[in-house]
Amino acid sequence: MHSLLPLFHIWVYLQTQPLLGLTATLCAWELCLFIDAKCGHKALSNPTVLAIVLLSALLLATHTSYQAYFTGAVYVHFLLGPATVALAVPMHANWPAIRKHFLPIFVSLTAGSVVAASSAMLIAHALGAPRAVVISLGPKSVTSPIAMGISQSLGGIPSLTAVFVMITAMFGLLVYPAFFKLGRIGDWRARGLAAGVAMHGLGTARMLSLNETAGAFGGLAIGLNGIVTALLLPLLVTLFGL
Amino acid sequence: MIRALAVLLLCQLAGTILQQGTGLPIPGPVLGLVLLLAVLLRRGGPGADLREVSQGLLRYLGLLFVPAGVGVVAELNVFRQNLLAIVLAIAVSTVLGLLVSGVIMQWFMARAGEEPHA
Repeated sequence: MHSLLPLFHIWVYLQTQPLLGLTATLCAWELCLFIDAKCGHKALSNPTVLAIVLLSALLLATHTSYQAYFTGAVYVHFLLGPATVALAVPMHANWPAIRKHFLPIFVSLTAGSVVAASSAMLIAHALGAPRAVVISLGPKSVTSPIAMGISQSLGGIPSLTAVFVMITAMFGLLVYPAFFKLGRIGDWRARGLAAGVAMHGLGTARMLSLNETAGAFGGLAIGLNGIVTALLLPLLVTLFGL
Repeated sequence: MIRALAVLLLCQLAGTILQQGTGLPIPGPVLGLVLLLAVLLRRGGPGADLREVSQGLLRYLGLLFVPAGVGVVAELNVFRQNLLAIVLAIAVSTVLGLLVSGVIMQWFMARAGEEPHA
């Protein structure tokens, strides 16, 4: 045990520094990208989910506090803000399609967005979930950086929202073919839009791999849904008295 | 690259100041997104630098929310205590959102009578 003491001191020292958390985050990400590629990019091998599970398990196993981890991870986390702003660039690229089909896109997107957010919050509320959980569920169909921002500004828990967003997309990827068939949704523009509204980036990536038009409509739905949800969710929360 | 980053951060800063100043419940970065979109529409598009940096950031979006997701270790009890509510809420709302937006858009597109340009 005596010979291990210097190691223990190094460990304690590293816990107070950003180096360890940042290194762990990037290494976990690379490892999970590798695993995802080996699995053939399945819904359940999503690298973000794998990395979250892996790092959470590491923190629990080494009794490291989230705070100690976050002193390093914050450098990655901070980039979410500029990345959200950067969504304007692909939205601008899709602008001709948005203009051409403005009314259909606006109506179907707003309806889907309101139904998804309302049903999620009302079900959780009816089953007795506390307010913070209910609010955190509201923006779960929106792309993560926007969803977490919305959650925070309405009194939700951003990290819960981040996890809900991932679960939503993974569940959506598993079931969407059955429901496209059930709803007779055959037009690729409608498929892409629905995928973008209900399961943001992951759904759009899948659509893009099937059909380019569907990918473009998914892409514009991500940004628009973020804006529409940011505008409407505060109203819904007030309306439902949450 | 630095100039493009500065542009993105300036938009975020302007959005955050606007949000704090007005008390709007819309996140500052989302207001920054709208601001940048307005600028791009006015100017006719992003320069090569801004396009490159934006694509670079968005390519790693999956990595960017890992730190926040790991925050779930601090919320494991909340998760466990509300498991049924969370699972049901996510499953039902995801299917409804998919169906509602898809069916309405399908109806509009069929009415427009255009072939899907697949």
